[in-house]
Amino acid sequence: MFPRIVYESFRRQARRKLLAGIAITLGVAVATAMIAVATDIGDKINRELRSYGANLVVTPQEDTLDVEVGGVNLKPPSDGAFLNEADLPKIRGTFWHHNIVGFSPMLPVTVKVGSSAKDVTLLGTYFDKALHFGKEDFTTGVRITNPWWKVSCGDGKQSPNCTWPADDSQNVLLGERLAAQLGKQPGDSIDVSGRQLTISGILSTGGGEDNQIIAPLALAQQILGKPGAVRRVYVSALTKPPDALSIRDPKTMTPEVYDRWYCSPYVESIAYQLQEVIPHSHAEQIRQVAQNEGTVLSRIKGLMLLITFAALFASALAVSAAMATAIYERRVEVGLMKALGAGNLSVSALFFAEALLLALVGGVAGFSAGALLARQIGRSIFNSQISIEPVLFPIIIALAVFVTFAGSAAAIRRAVKFDPVFALRGEG
Amino acid sequence: MTINMSSMTDTLLTPQQVAGRRALSPHTSMFARMLLRAAVLRRRRAASALLAMIVAAAVATAMMNLYVDVQAKLRTEFRSYGANVIVVGKDGQALPSDALARVESVLGAKSLAVPFSYAVARTKDGQSVVVVGTDFARARQLDHWWNVNHWPAPQILAYLVDHPTSTPAIPSEALVGVRAAAVVTPNRQPFDLTFQGKTIYLTAAGMLQTGAGEDSRIYLDQSEFQSWTGVAPSTIEVAANGTPAEVDASIRQLAQLMPMADIRPVRQIMEGEANVLNKTRATLYASATLVVLTSALCVLATLIGWVFDRRRDFAIMKALGASERLVNGFFAAEAAALGIVGAILGFFIGIGVAAWIGRVNFHAPVVPRFSVFPYILAGSVAVALISAILPIVLLRRVQPAIILRGE
Repeated sequence: MFPRIVYESFRRQARRKLLAGIAITLGVAVATAMIAVATDIGDKINRELRSYGANLVVTPQEDTLDVEVGGVNLKPPSDGAFLNEADLPKIRGTFWHHNIVGFSPMLPVTVKVGSSAKDVTLLGTYFDKALHFGKEDFTTGVRITNPWWKVSCGDGKQSPNCTWPADDSQNVLLGERLAAQLGKQPGDSIDVSGRQLTISGILSTGGGEDNQIIAPLALAQQILGKPGAVRRVYVSALTKPPDALSIRDPKTMTPEVYDRWYCSPYVESIAYQLQEVIPHSHAEQIRQVAQNEGTVLSRIKGLMLLITFAALFASALAVSAAMATAIYERRVEVGLMKALGAGNLSVSALFFAEALLLALVGGVAGFSAGALLARQIGRSIFNSQISIEPVLFPIIIALAVFVTFAGSAAAIRRAVKFDPVFALRGEG
Repeated sequence: MTINMSSMTDTLLTPQQVAGRRALSPHTSMFARMLLRAAVLRRRRAASALLAMIVAAAVATAMMNLYVDVQAKLRTEFRSYGANVIVVGKDGQALPSDALARVESVLGAKSLAVPFSYAVARTKDGQSVVVVGTDFARARQLDHWWNVNHWPAPQILAYLVDHPTSTPAIPSEALVGVRAAAVVTPNRQPFDLTFQGKTIYLTAAGMLQTGAGEDSRIYLDQSEFQSWTGVAPSTIEVAANGTPAEVDASIRQLAQLMPMADIRPVRQIMEGEANVLNKTRATLYASATLVVLTSALCVLATLIGWVFDRRRDFAIMKALGASERLVNGFFAAEAAALGIVGAILGFFIGIGVAAWIGRVNFHAPVVPRFSVFPYILAGSVAVALISAILPIVLLRRVQPAIILRGE
């Protein structure tokens, strides 16, 4: 009998059930989307923060001092130690290699341009170099690590003729200030320490590179006469904000703590791992970038968490309001059931069974809609997927059932207390 | 239940009592009295409708306030990344001595400007090292990320010698980068630096670690640096607050005021900030829209139920000969009143919530924006009217007799 009453109630009052179902579906969808966005926002913003550039730098262990003012390198070219370019792909072999977004080697060389006596710094680097480590093929370079570097034809004009040079070419980029000083255009050739190089574009960075010539690393090594030499490597990695554990010295840790430290993507532990894979190197965090990420990240995460609470609160309220309305409208029905001898318990059981059914159906529909919504948000804002953890599904369904029950409870209590005589007489 | 009881007590009043009641409110019109009595008699349902309205208005207010204010708050956070504008003398020239004062006059109190001057000095064994003159108090504010174990004392008496052979007893305090320290003062001993034949006697008051170029440099107080080398500041690093448009305007203003200097934005900082901020703003916008829509839905569900529930009132009014216009006007007025009261109460609660979120998350209160109030008010009234009109339209087709018969 009981299942039939429930079934008939859904069949005969399809419109009312639909309204309550829509409210539950929408509420659950918003809750799901917000939870998904809030749990993923840290990851997404962390990735966006990489647009500030590298947060780690690897230098030779026995390096001499850098002598550089305003982008002009005053250090004698053969002075100091170098890293070996052949070691660089090993960066992909570190424990946290999935967190390493990219790296760029740098080799500054002091050169003479044309017949002028003035020293100019030529910086050798990777632009978009194809490398492979083990079975993995990947590309890396300044186009990934330094997204604020812009190549144009000068004065910000874009043209297909002004492009990044290929990593195996003899083409170079000219910093915009240097280009203005020398009066050179893209397509011109430039005499650098006796070599004729073609200018493929004008580089604007807003930093010291505006006064430099940027060349493929191999070319810089040829000019310096040191094949395979790299002065330093900038590494851009996704890191976990610093906490009490991250700043401890690994030498003083117990083995368990050390394992935990080593297996957390702190900027310190990634630096430590970089030193392990690159021989005779010293890796250090670039504090300007690394130290500020944490604050920005925690602010944005905190904000999203609070907004998610607001969203959950609003959807819970919407679901309860819809349920209360749906039940309140059915007092006559309750009166009839009670007049026919139904007890408070069986009337409540009927309503709760209906609410459960609604919550389950609405919950499943809402979860799917919310997942789609989260994906849409991820794609349109971050250009990447926001993945929904499968573990979220039972939580969301439980939440939907709980909120629906909580929203119905007060209304059901009032409905069963209602005197059947008044209800049947139509005095609602 | 309560509704029924109160309507019954109403009918049990003696004619004198009824007359007495009426005498108490002789000046209120029938229309106003109907509105008031409807709210008082069905106070439970009215309260729940009002509550939904308040919550929706509060949530919408908090979201709008946050959306506007959070961007300013985040911009302040982003200033911890340091300078976003840099002023350098053209072709490596020194800036005029009043450059700092001019920069500050343009940017105002909220921004921070730090002068830097550079020279390449030599150690005793001929090693080149970059020495920088700056204002420590300002640099400390601008460059939060500098890891310094001890900042040099603000100003101690500079003791200079023209003869590199004799060294004074009291060395000047310097901030030494960790890599420079390994070269110039491996045992933390005071050391000499020579620039164009002039020698300065220094001690490492503190160590500086940044992971960047600063590690290879030695920092001195500007006045000390200048009396030693004679080099005036060639660079001013500026942390300018505000939107990209405001920063651009400042840059243009500075360029006009100081034609002898190059003023350029630090693209790394400006673009990183713009990127993260845009993404955050878009996410916030999407979330706020979802939350506001959900609360509007909540109001709609509650109010439709409330009005639908009162189809008997509607039928009685019509049966007693009320015109369509009067009935519609009555329900519309009721909804509008609910919307207005809900919007006012919700607005203040929402401002409180926004302020609380600002305090918890940004450690600074969100400034209440009264400019959003008209939007909240209009939105609340609109939602209330829609949810009142919708059931009325449905009921209009039904004969009053059918409703009164309880079907």
